Amino acid sequence: MIFTAQGVPMALTLADKIWRDHVVRQAVGEPDLLYIDLHLLHEVNTPVAFDSLREAGRSVRRPDLTLATEDHATPTSTDRPSLDEVLRRSQMRLIRDNSAEFGIQMYPLGDDRHGIVHVIGPELGLAQPGMTIVCCDSHTTTHGAFGTLAFGIGTSQVEHVLVTQTLPMTPMRNMSVTITGSLAPGVTPKDVVLALINKIGTGGGVGHVMEFRGSVIDGMSMEGRMTVCNMAVEAGSRAGLVAPDETTFAYLKDRPHVPAGKDWDAELAYWRTLRSDPGAVYDTSVTLDGSALTPFVTWGTNPAQSVPLGDRVPSVDDFTDDRSRRAAARALEYMGLAPGTAMRDVPVDAVFIGSCTNGRIEDMRAAADVLRGRKAADHVDVLVVPGSAAVRAQAVEEGLEEVFNAAGVELRYAGCSMCCALNEDRLLPGQRAASTNNRNFEGRQGRGARTHVVSPAVAAATAVAGRLASPADLGAR
Amino acid sequence: MEAFTVHTDKAVPLRRSDVDTDQIFPGRFGTRTSRTGYADVLFANWRAEPDFVMNKPEHQGASILIAGADFGTGSSREFAVWALQDYGFRVVISPRFGDIFQGNAPKRGLLPVTLDEEIVERLWALVEAAPDTRITVDLVRRRVSAPGFAVPFEFDDHTRGRLLAGLDDISATERYLSDIEAYESRRRPSLPTTVRHG
Repeated sequence: MIFTAQGVPMALTLADKIWRDHVVRQAVGEPDLLYIDLHLLHEVNTPVAFDSLREAGRSVRRPDLTLATEDHATPTSTDRPSLDEVLRRSQMRLIRDNSAEFGIQMYPLGDDRHGIVHVIGPELGLAQPGMTIVCCDSHTTTHGAFGTLAFGIGTSQVEHVLVTQTLPMTPMRNMSVTITGSLAPGVTPKDVVLALINKIGTGGGVGHVMEFRGSVIDGMSMEGRMTVCNMAVEAGSRAGLVAPDETTFAYLKDRPHVPAGKDWDAELAYWRTLRSDPGAVYDTSVTLDGSALTPFVTWGTNPAQSVPLGDRVPSVDDFTDDRSRRAAARALEYMGLAPGTAMRDVPVDAVFIGSCTNGRIEDMRAAADVLRGRKAADHVDVLVVPGSAAVRAQAVEEGLEEVFNAAGVELRYAGCSMCCALNEDRLLPGQRAASTNNRNFEGRQGRGARTHVVSPAVAAATAVAGRLASPADLGAR
Repeated sequence: MEAFTVHTDKAVPLRRSDVDTDQIFPGRFGTRTSRTGYADVLFANWRAEPDFVMNKPEHQGASILIAGADFGTGSSREFAVWALQDYGFRVVISPRFGDIFQGNAPKRGLLPVTLDEEIVERLWALVEAAPDTRITVDLVRRRVSAPGFAVPFEFDDHTRGRLLAGLDDISATERYLSDIEAYESRRRPSLPTTVRHG
């Protein structure tokens, strides 16, 4: 936090305010001890935390502020495995047992509230403006779309929060990210965030919390803002957030964990105060012209290695510094791409539509809009995986499942699926996918697999064309 | 936890940037549930390549890893730290670290040391020319030294004190229980709980 020489608080950013309101203890030369309002758990990064807890004879301080789900390793196939098969997966057994032992609410596979941790939190109304939220997952930044301070933590920190409901945190720097203008038709929030990461690099946000603002963000749905905040971490940021506004309040109203009636009015009055002060100072500022953007696609093995879909695969000589040249050479080899190839000429073996980045109902609609009246190419495996049971139910209710099925595509069950390939949804070595996930790292979608990160609209068009494409490239239905 | 004070050993020059946690600890091994036993998993995909630097006989037994910028970006998986430690690393040097990794590493005693890109280049050249070069990482004096030069590094006082004493930070926070209780008594009562409605 920033004070003037007279000890008077200076104009503060929203992130500063949320931080200030959660300080449990402050001492010179020590990190601030921050209170955590919501602690989310999933099955992969938590078993060791619970083991350590038991070994030390410690307990969970606030099970009522903790929520568990299973998402990373759960099956998404429509011929659903038996419960026995599920429980043989030991992490799933452990998150269930650990939650039961410590009195933590847990939504297992099959529950109508089950889903990817960053999809169900907002759906349930658990991410409310001004809160601090942590989870053992880097994409916790998603919840920042609601004006929360939300960040990913490691397993040792999970144990720390379970025991104390607090975390020692060193101060963050503030970065203002302004997206000006308006998006052309066919350009999506995913393209905005890919273009941003391309501009500032995978380390561009290190140590910062990004505050997204500007006309493009103002006009964006909550789903779109979640996509943008989700990938703030891919630029190295600790967190990303958007100040709450009428769009936020409309999304929250009538959600299960959101107050109603008179209590709603009181919350609303408080939430309206949650904005950065005029004159608040940002350590770093970035501006991106949203009007100039076109659909973006990654060509390499980190999320900053991307180009507009209309461009070509770059060559090493397009980069000047040694680090970028080395990284490009290695990425081109891994991706099996020849410099100068038009991105639209890159054929794919698979398409993945889903994940905490793009597994919400708007994403399902965007994919269905492209697939309606069309067929997926014969040689392309298409996985459409909703982010939650609720998203799936809504997709069925809106008739999207029929659209997918008519296109020869199955609407699967909720989970992280091929985003991280911790269940059986994965690519084979050398296979290439257009994917709405967040990371194109080597081996992310299976050992030796090649990933092009794209928007849901581009993914769906690619499924039809069999090569990287935007909806505008497709012929008549 | 073992205390970290001064560590002197051979180093491995990993001339790669953006070494994300999926490379350090490939996700397919992330279905395991223990905290140890990951020595073989470390960089598993890269170690399958015979000419990968860690496979070279001259770098066997080294416990200091010198990597390019943005080491440990990506997933929050603490498996990445555990695998580095299980393999035997006690220090990772890089011009810049992923934030979550940088926080995770010292939790159980792995030291992330940030040095300028040119210093890292110099260390790479030194170790490649003479793999037996011994590098000293001194957390007491916050200094990295090798034959011919020494450079300071920044490291926050709080974490340094904890590492020098070999303390975990849950015990440290538990001393402030009364502060936590006081905070809870003034928290806004309208904040949500996860108790299921309906």
